[in-house]
Amino acid sequence: MLKVRIIPTLLFKDFGLVKGVGFDSWRRVGSAMQAVKVYNMREVDELVFLDITATRDGRPPDFATVDEIADECFMPLAVGGGVRSVEDARSLLQVGADKVVLGTAAVESPDLIREVAARFGSQCAVISIDFRRIGPGVRRVFTHCGTTGTDLDPVEFAKQAQRSGAGEILLQSIERDGTMSGYDIETIRAVTDAVSIPVIASGGAGNYEHLAEAVLDGRAAAVAAASIFHFTQQTPREAKEHLGQRGIPVRR
Amino acid sequence: MKTVAILDYGMGNLDSVARAVEECGGNPLVTEDPGSIAKAASIILPGVGAFADGMRELRARGLDSVLSEEAVEKKIPLLGICLGMQLLARKGNEGGETEGLGLIGGEVRRLQPDTPEARIPHIGWNEVELECSCPLFSGIPSNTDFYFVHSYHFYPDRDEAVVARTPYCGRFASCIQRENIFGVQFHPEKSQRPGLTLLRNFLAL
Repeated sequence: MLKVRIIPTLLFKDFGLVKGVGFDSWRRVGSAMQAVKVYNMREVDELVFLDITATRDGRPPDFATVDEIADECFMPLAVGGGVRSVEDARSLLQVGADKVVLGTAAVESPDLIREVAARFGSQCAVISIDFRRIGPGVRRVFTHCGTTGTDLDPVEFAKQAQRSGAGEILLQSIERDGTMSGYDIETIRAVTDAVSIPVIASGGAGNYEHLAEAVLDGRAAAVAAASIFHFTQQTPREAKEHLGQRGIPVRR
Repeated sequence: MKTVAILDYGMGNLDSVARAVEECGGNPLVTEDPGSIAKAASIILPGVGAFADGMRELRARGLDSVLSEEAVEKKIPLLGICLGMQLLARKGNEGGETEGLGLIGGEVRRLQPDTPEARIPHIGWNEVELECSCPLFSGIPSNTDFYFVHSYHFYPDRDEAVVARTPYCGRFASCIQRENIFGVQFHPEKSQRPGLTLLRNFLAL
């Protein structure tokens, strides 16, 4: 049976790892290499590594850093931030990324999803959808690390991304980010009901039961989390114990 | 130290495979040069992407005939990973019907969801259930989880080629073998300890 993945998210900014609240108020949480080594030793299911300022600063991905961490990573690694072209995607895959995360560029040039999927396969194309609730029942996709609004509804955009060849959706709630108050289950479920590709829930996990809710109620195929692992004593391994007790298939 | 030729045909996560081979004590040589491939102790055909593109890139470099010569005639151990496994087939259907390398009888088909919950691509960790003993799995128990990421699967002509199956959208062939030629649908280079054990076993052939 396919296992539900528990994915630590590593956010990279100015040579180190950070974690914020609501895509803001970043705190340093250590070095990328150290974190990757620890997670590799602990055999986590997968890692997501996002360079959060690349797009905002108009920089390409930091290929040298990705190359270094990928060398220590004998587990799946999805990398995003600053990917703007098929060439960027190719370079990331060449230095050891397994999947490329497209965010702002997927919104601005939907053809890029199609091109990356056609060239490297849908399984390489992870579309990151950062969304905020802007009014009762109204959600909108944001780009540039949550700083720029769009007219796109995240559920509609997820469907469009799937049609363009996306292999996976990384669905991130901006207002839940870093709050550890639980995932936005309603939006996760709306997206998982609307698409047939796997959805990774992100933003808001504060305890193990939150992870279980995203799977049982939100029907997420994977759960990503950062604060819970950076700032509390909770670990991916114990999270699996909890999910297992709730009847969710996990890798032990 | 054994030299392992990792075929560079523009399709893939070559660095990950090379790093894993190195970690397993092998000497990885990422190459498209027939002369270098002929000197290697074994060959890995990696690959990420679509079948039709993969075959086109292999043929453009003349690597299809190099593989036949090395693996079929000289019996050099060959391991196809993910798309590399699928290319061993007679025929693929991704990006149009395409003739494959034909090293192991079978064709490549798209996974068909068998339940409403089954999502395609098949991404994540899933069991590899051994159907017979195989040197690649020495020290790896049946039902060990490996990491998969794919939308198509190898549908063998004959069950005898199947070493292991994985329960998703039916039970697809996740490892196949014909003598010295092996294919795995999962990514051993990304499957942590069991994956590295499998690669060590391959290097020891």
